[in-house]
Amino acid sequence: MENPQQIKNDDENIVRKPIEELERVVIRLAGDSGDGMQLAGLKFTSSSVILGNDVSTFPDYPAEIRAPQGTLAGVSGFQIHFSSTEIYTPGDQLDALVAMNPAALKVNISDLKPNGILIVNEDSFTSRTLSKAGYSSNPLEDNSLAKYRLIPVKITKLNREAVSSIEGMSSKQVNLTRNFFALGLISWLYDRHLKSTISWIKQKFKNRPMIVKANTKTLKAGYYYGETNELLSIQYSVPKAEMDPGKYRYISGTQALALGLATSSQLAKKELFFGAYPITPASDLLHELVKLRGYGVKTFQAEDEIAAIGSIIGASFGGSIAVTGTSGPGLALMSEALGLAVITELPLLVVNVQRAGPSTGMPTKPEQSDLLQVLFGRNGESPLPILAPQSPGDCFDLAIEALRIALKYMTPVVLISDAFLANNIDPWKIPLLEELKTMEVVHPTTAPMSSDGRYNPYSRNENLVRPYVIPGTKGLEHRVGGLEKERVTGNVSYDPLNHEEMVNIREKKISGIVKDIPLQRVHGPSEGDVLVLSWGSTFGAAHTACKNLRKEGLSVADTNLRYLNPLPANLKDILNSYKYVLIPEMNKGQLHFIIQAQFAIKTQSLTKIQGRPFHVIEIEEEVRQIIGGLFDE
Amino acid sequence: MSEKDNSISTPVLTPKDFDSGFDVRWCPGCGDYAILANLKRVLPTLGIPKENFVVVSGIGCSSRFPYYMDTYGMHTIHGRAPTIATGLKCSRPDLSIWVVTGDGDGLSIGGNHLMHAIRRNVDIKILLFNNQIYGLTKGQYSPTTKQSKRTKSSPTGSIDYPVNPISWALGAEATFIARTIFQYPDHMQTVLRRAAEHRGVSFVEIYQNCVIFNDGAYRYATDKEMRYDNIFELEHGKPMKFGRDQEKGIFLHGLTPKVINYKQAGFEESDLLHHDENAQESTLAFFLSRMRYPEFPEPIGIFRAIQKPTYNDMLDQQMEEAKRNVTKPLQEIVNGEENWIVT
Ligand SMILES: Cc1ncc(C[n+]2csc(CCOP(=O)(O)OP(=O)(O)O)c2C)c(N)n1
Ligand code: SF4
Ligand SMILES: [Mg+2]
Repeated sequence: MENPQQIKNDDENIVRKPIEELERVVIRLAGDSGDGMQLAGLKFTSSSVILGNDVSTFPDYPAEIRAPQGTLAGVSGFQIHFSSTEIYTPGDQLDALVAMNPAALKVNISDLKPNGILIVNEDSFTSRTLSKAGYSSNPLEDNSLAKYRLIPVKITKLNREAVSSIEGMSSKQVNLTRNFFALGLISWLYDRHLKSTISWIKQKFKNRPMIVKANTKTLKAGYYYGETNELLSIQYSVPKAEMDPGKYRYISGTQALALGLATSSQLAKKELFFGAYPITPASDLLHELVKLRGYGVKTFQAEDEIAAIGSIIGASFGGSIAVTGTSGPGLALMSEALGLAVITELPLLVVNVQRAGPSTGMPTKPEQSDLLQVLFGRNGESPLPILAPQSPGDCFDLAIEALRIALKYMTPVVLISDAFLANNIDPWKIPLLEELKTMEVVHPTTAPMSSDGRYNPYSRNENLVRPYVIPGTKGLEHRVGGLEKERVTGNVSYDPLNHEEMVNIREKKISGIVKDIPLQRVHGPSEGDVLVLSWGSTFGAAHTACKNLRKEGLSVADTNLRYLNPLPANLKDILNSYKYVLIPEMNKGQLHFIIQAQFAIKTQSLTKIQGRPFHVIEIEEEVRQIIGGLFDE
Repeated sequence: MSEKDNSISTPVLTPKDFDSGFDVRWCPGCGDYAILANLKRVLPTLGIPKENFVVVSGIGCSSRFPYYMDTYGMHTIHGRAPTIATGLKCSRPDLSIWVVTGDGDGLSIGGNHLMHAIRRNVDIKILLFNNQIYGLTKGQYSPTTKQSKRTKSSPTGSIDYPVNPISWALGAEATFIARTIFQYPDHMQTVLRRAAEHRGVSFVEIYQNCVIFNDGAYRYATDKEMRYDNIFELEHGKPMKFGRDQEKGIFLHGLTPKVINYKQAGFEESDLLHHDENAQESTLAFFLSRMRYPEFPEPIGIFRAIQKPTYNDMLDQQMEEAKRNVTKPLQEIVNGEENWIVT
């Protein structure tokens, strides 16, 4: 393996290993957080999408900033699901796992399928690293991995051999290229080209030829190692998937959201003001938006979440598109101010990237347990529209949609996403911005006056929406605030009947948004045994499970709610068309609670509160059980 | 209305133009009335169109203020007015934004926000109505209530040490700090005008009497007989003196103030401590803020007025720079660095 180039030249003499075609594969690259697994994962993803596979990925970073090297807490992983058919999740169980050290093995091995391929960096299994990972004996030797196809590879040594001859490489730099060796090896195993990675390396390190040379060399060395090593007896390939024609990229939920917001600013020809306080997993949204300041996004880092929402209420009053982003604990702090936005009827958007709670909970882990907080977590009757994106790319569409609703109906809106959607990376068909509908925002400069010559800030149009008059408009000076308003004039009023009327008006305005909400569509039969009703990121697992079950001939439909308040007009009819409605959620059954209360329909709840998304199989099994029960009766 | 709409040049405004027509709901004799009257007198003189004023308040008796001004206004939630004013100023730097807050609103529940708005030097004008009590909730002690004060929630005397608003604002590096008293219209108008003209954050503490729950808290400063000995006016570059015949002066004794009847003692005015509101270091202003009744006469007027770039100006500069550095349309950003075509 000293000279990969030579092996390349000898290529023709080597008997090619057999290639087996697979429909879809799930792999995970895992190592210490310093091992560069995220980068290797992304590059593997690139080469897969270029081959035409459908891909879904999930990066899993350690929660600690600088977890001690070699410990379980410091393990970083990148999971890639690539397929010749459409897929919607990063996959349940792994077909292959690459573990760069004992800790990575320990953390990830339980997800590997029996008989799955397990590639480990043999060199990193020393008595010291084994004990750091909590192994009392070496799993490579004690037969504990017998049910897997164990392939120990001396990655450290082979990588060093590949790059140490390059002049000027320090030993530290040498070890930093190990991830590319591993990437090369796994690229061979799944028959991916190296071309896109090599051109990326050239571009990325264009001012450091030594690094380009080293990374390229070890990448190829890994590839040829696969070609020649006798432990790897077979190569796999996953053919092209059928995908909608168009231009694609891959994108995380956070990136899509940021781009959706910047796009909204352009569609409305208005500055977007984003005020936020850092909180995992929403901080990345602030980081992405700061990069977009050249495109009309003004960012403000506030002193806390109360100030964050306060600042955007101010910006909204001033006429900017007003947005904040936070997670559960921050949303709790925003409750009172959200109520102010409800009663003053000012347009703004709160993005809630949910994480596991209560309290600080598990900050990096996803959950869907803030639904009731978003719906009801304010004092008084304070309804507001709620949208939930179903995939990373959908974050782009719904960010725009949420702002359209906020601005058209003069209301705060909550977009409820989660840590999984935020970090999940999927291929995304790139929209043409010029084809998107522009956003019309009107700030009236004249308005109907009351008999005493004063402007009526709470007069309303046919949608019960008040005019969006902004400061600086001559003659329309007016006051808004948190005290109850007299209808039309907006003066402070404690009149009992006026209060009741205002509560009803605010509620009717929000429920009236239903006419702008697309009718709910169902995948599968329009009536039958079971409907799986999901919301938010649970879409992927639910939809995949139902597709599989339909292939088995079962009468199962599925649908995903992107609009949680108001609910789509035809939802009740849909729910009534199936014998059973199953609602899988990463909480204790919050949508289940809402649906039962609102429609008096009996639904069945499937919950998972582990800070991890559903596996497809968990939903499949639940549906099978329900159908089994149907026949028992 | 139509009359105003037809006018081309900025009309000359009067206090009446700022009258919202709402019934004012403060208790008869409340100190807030005087502040309202004075602000209504100052705003028309600033050369700013009426529609460009916004008054933002929190919650409290004092925070009812916006309803009584015929400007744009927002009566928000308890303690958060500075956050809303900050966002509004960042979004609309063309507006003249006035925050009205109370000692409870601004220094208790909203202390955090007030501090951050001040340290950022957002170009907003903050008026803190200090009546040393929670008025609206009917008479509990506040963060500025004197220790031992008996109130509804401290029947045997408050044990809280009070905060000194001016020292506190200096700690947050306010670029403009002043104090005035509800009963001195001329002084208040001068201070308010200066606050308006300052580019950057202006923090004005206004002594205000709550006739119902803390009547007489400032008698020492407003009573005809007592005031000469208990307050003195700060004037830039001028010696600090007071008393019925301006016979007493402030001396610097080590790091503490000393009051001497300088005329009797045979000193000259030039020997007295002189005020410098533009001093870059806040040492003198802090020294003055520590002078409290009854040990010392209390300074009123402008403690500090220095220039520093404002938050909103710097924010706009960064935005402009970012826009200048844009090399490709948003579509290309949306396209990403790596993309591929499916046919
Ligand atoms: C979140 C919240 N907590 C408590 C209150 C009750 N509250 C209203 S005003 C006030 C104190 C006001 O005191 P201050 O700011 O000094 O104003 P003043 O009435 O004296 O002018 C309190 C505690 C409230 N409105 N909101
Ligand atoms: S309670 Fe005090 S502060 Fe409030 S309005 Fe009455 S006098 Fe003024
Ligand atoms: Mg008070």
